[in-house]
Amino acid sequence: MIIKVLLIAGIAGAGLFASRIPGAGTGLALRRLLGAGLVIVAAVSVAFPEITNWAANLVGVGQGSNLVLYGLVVAFLFAVTALYQRISHLEGQLTQLTRAIAILSADKAEPRTELREPVQ
Amino acid sequence: MQQSLDDVCVVVPMFNEANVLEGVLETLLAVFPHVVCIDDGSSDNSPEIARRCGATVLKHVVNRGQGASLQTGFDYVRTMTDAEYCVTFDSDGQHGVLDALAMVDALRESGADIALASRFRGTTEGMSRMRGLVLKAGVWFTRRSAKLDVTDTHNGLRVLRRTALNSIRLRLDRMAHASELLSAIVPAGLSYIEVPVRVEYSEHSRAKGQANIAAINILFDLATAKLRASA
Repeated sequence: MIIKVLLIAGIAGAGLFASRIPGAGTGLALRRLLGAGLVIVAAVSVAFPEITNWAANLVGVGQGSNLVLYGLVVAFLFAVTALYQRISHLEGQLTQLTRAIAILSADKAEPRTELREPVQ
Repeated sequence: MQQSLDDVCVVVPMFNEANVLEGVLETLLAVFPHVVCIDDGSSDNSPEIARRCGATVLKHVVNRGQGASLQTGFDYVRTMTDAEYCVTFDSDGQHGVLDALAMVDALRESGADIALASRFRGTTEGMSRMRGLVLKAGVWFTRRSAKLDVTDTHNGLRVLRRTALNSIRLRLDRMAHASELLSAIVPAGLSYIEVPVRVEYSEHSRAKGQANIAAINILFDLATAKLRASA
């Protein structure tokens, strides 16, 4: 069935997306493309509800509503991985910022002057 | 004490350790003149205690994890001091100061870059059987992945020479840093020695320490780091 190929490709794509850090701008561009695509598909399928049935039959799914559900699951996977990436990137930056502040505002101990055991 | 310890800086990551910190730092500062505490956003008065004991205090304004704290300490020692040796020492009192001293001496004599502590060559006090198993699994895993012939991999007591500080960057903020540090040794061409030590599990360290199940987090962090590195 065509749908199986499409879904597995989508899921694998999400997995691949999660495991690599996209180059500058690539991640954002992908997110925007996917977002725009989703908006268009959503608008069209509201205006012409029968189109989802037609598309479902085309890829071998019984009902249009099922196809919509499958699409949502894959889109959700992409959204979660994109968010996860973004958060880990931000966490790395937060660590660097925290570290810089800690080192800059170090509260230095005064040299210890009290008598210590004599060095032989 | 035959040799001056002026070229040694002890790095102590800490997070809400007010109960035991004073005792740990007193014994530490009685031997090592330079101690740097990295407070990882404690909500108790750990930083004040550390300051009063005579340690330099660096404060993470938000909690970033032990790996992040250690790297902050390394950066500080690297850039703000001229210490040749950096000791990492847990703040919960599970390490012995004399062990740390012996490790510094051993590193000095051997000329190696890193001295690692091994509780499995030395002795442990009060360790649960389950913790022993989890740690042994960690050792097995690290021996394979980092290609090191070590007997203990998640021991917080280490001594690093400046050469090691210059080539190690910990990017895993949480607990996977111990494996991350070991994995960096071979690729960086650093030499290491392993020194037997004694680890004491007190009531406090058992209550405060990581749950055994947290080993899953370490594996997850290491796996995602590996995927990213290879992609």
